[in-house]
Amino acid sequence: MKLPDLTELAVRNLRESLLRNSLTTVGISVGVASLVAMLSLGIGLQQLASRRLMKSGLFDTVVVTSRRDLRNFAHEEERSGPAPGESRILDESTRQEIEHLPNVLEAYPDIRFITELRYEDKPHLTMVSALPESAKSNDAFEQMQGRFFSSDMAAEVVIQKAFAEELLGKTPKSGLDETNVASLAAPLLGKELVMRYAQREASPATSSSAAKGAAKDTSVASGDENLASVAYSVVSREHKLKIVGVADLDPESMRGPTRARVFLPLKLAESLHVMQPTDLREISRAATDQPAYSSISVRVKNPSQIRSIEDAIKKMGFNTFSILDATRSLQQFFAVLDLFLGIFGSLALAVASIGIVNTLVMAILERRREIGIMKAIGASDGDVKKLFFAEAGAMGILGGVIGVALGWAIGQAINLGTNIYLKRQALPPEHFWAVPWWLVGAAIVFAFVVSLLSGLYPAGRAARLDPVQALRYE
Amino acid sequence: MSSADVSPRNGTAAIHAERLCRHYRMGETLIRAVDGVTLTVRAGEFVALLGSSGSGKSSVLNLIAGLDRPTSGSVVVQERDLAQLSREELSHYRLHTVGMVFQSFNLIASMTLAENVELPMRFAEVDRGKRDSLAREALTRVGLRARMNHRPSELSGGEQQRAALARALINRPQLLLADEPTGNLDSRTGTEIMNMVREFNQQLGMTVVMVTHERALAERYAQRLIFLADGKLVGDEANPVVVSAAGIESSGRETVRP
Repeated sequence: MKLPDLTELAVRNLRESLLRNSLTTVGISVGVASLVAMLSLGIGLQQLASRRLMKSGLFDTVVVTSRRDLRNFAHEEERSGPAPGESRILDESTRQEIEHLPNVLEAYPDIRFITELRYEDKPHLTMVSALPESAKSNDAFEQMQGRFFSSDMAAEVVIQKAFAEELLGKTPKSGLDETNVASLAAPLLGKELVMRYAQREASPATSSSAAKGAAKDTSVASGDENLASVAYSVVSREHKLKIVGVADLDPESMRGPTRARVFLPLKLAESLHVMQPTDLREISRAATDQPAYSSISVRVKNPSQIRSIEDAIKKMGFNTFSILDATRSLQQFFAVLDLFLGIFGSLALAVASIGIVNTLVMAILERRREIGIMKAIGASDGDVKKLFFAEAGAMGILGGVIGVALGWAIGQAINLGTNIYLKRQALPPEHFWAVPWWLVGAAIVFAFVVSLLSGLYPAGRAARLDPVQALRYE
Repeated sequence: MSSADVSPRNGTAAIHAERLCRHYRMGETLIRAVDGVTLTVRAGEFVALLGSSGSGKSSVLNLIAGLDRPTSGSVVVQERDLAQLSREELSHYRLHTVGMVFQSFNLIASMTLAENVELPMRFAEVDRGKRDSLAREALTRVGLRARMNHRPSELSGGEQQRAALARALINRPQLLLADEPTGNLDSRTGTEIMNMVREFNQQLGMTVVMVTHERALAERYAQRLIFLADGKLVGDEANPVVVSAAGIESSGRETVRP
């Protein structure tokens, strides 16, 4: 029999015993709903956790340093690859090269320096750090008062809470720190800070073009053309900055660029050519406009790609550092959690599949005569078997579709309920329930397959039915 | 044996049963429903199987229909030994070679007449469009065109049996097997149905084997009467009243006891 005929007959037969088949279908949908609910909870929690981790910037970042930096983390790496003195310098071209690696979101230099900031003519010495625009979504700035930088070049600063206290002349309390950020921010937002810093400035006499000219002159005794251009000035500068935000973050808990008390927009910080510790080491490059970076932070699209990106960067001849293991074990944990949730969810579906077997066996008993007639007028064993399979499959698909909808609705209801609760507790709402499309498809397919498996025994039994016996009794 | 002169390999033999047995167990006792029946039905013949209930006439019909398999012996229909066919081949045989009608009509209650009639064509994987027109044509032939969208329960017994006849003929089989086709009908509708069966036999040249316990009915329509008792063939006589459509001259009564 052809598939459209089969489907038509199956649906017709299902409609004949509407109540019983509906109840069986409801059974399947409850099973599918519980499976979908359980798995979407697992997936949602996993997404929530990785979203949190991504926001923290801890697990999606690779810190790249030059091998020339001998104060580095991994000492064993110095033995492989080029010797420190011969290895590459971290500069703008390297940054672009890294940024063009596959799966890299962005690569930005870490610019940090200690300098003096004047507020109402009182000097304050502190660590200043540059932040890329993408740091806006970092959860360190979630509870921030005021706003983030208006642009990457704006003469604006975001200051950290403890620094705000210092500016206002308050002594930070030890122990429980319950100072309200808002009360600190109110008098400071919109005020001006004056930053004093050391600018590295290439000396005009030995600019790079002049150096090239000198190199052509064979009379340069040293024979090292670069040496001729080694010269720069360190100039004291001042820059006025407006306080636009006060961040409620603990500098000691944070990593990398956020471990500072004052934050500048990245492009602005770069344009200032602030003297960096590396400038002393990379003296051979000092005369160029292109600064060498002490380190570059590389953000990747997915924490799982960190290893391959690290390998690629190492091949370029740099040292790298990242936190890998935390995400690994987290992924393992969620795999196990999903497995368990899936097993519990499947239990209901297993019960439902027994319902299918029961319904179809009942249908065989009821439709003995009909099966006998069909065989007498020429239906093959296969036709009868397929018909029962089609009935099981139709209940499976219908139950699957209803079940997915039901599971989704349950998830939404629980999400809503939890968020009302979270709101009452004055906590931000969370989305810990996710029904991805693949789960929708997989749940329906799974319900279909389980139904077909349940139909295996009844269909076989119906196909083997002896037509003479079936037709004998009225 | 009057039919013994027709060899089973002869093209004119539609059905040939040779020492056909169908035994089955009911608890401890062995029931010999069919016990060594040998008979031949010629192509185009109208044969009645007569006997009291339990004589084995329906069992013989089921064996010819390929609904049942013999315990021993053979049934050869159109040169195919049904005992040798696989289950799949048997269903194909039932679908294309045999049309059956029953005492209790055996229409599927949940389907309309049109759907009942086209059901064998669904099994034969005939296209939907062709199916619709053939079903309509068949129902028109038995005078039920106006009732084609009714369910069997809305019809009289005679109408149901006419629909069953339409269904039996829809795949153009060469063999029509009827098991007490008038058993549930009053004599007037019974006559109507039997006239239709005779029409199919004479106009379409179908071989008809009809099981009945009514001798009078058999004598009115069948060219040959075969008598069964306790699973054995006890008589095989030509019916002088009915002239064979296949052109075989009836040669008077002769009764053979095996």
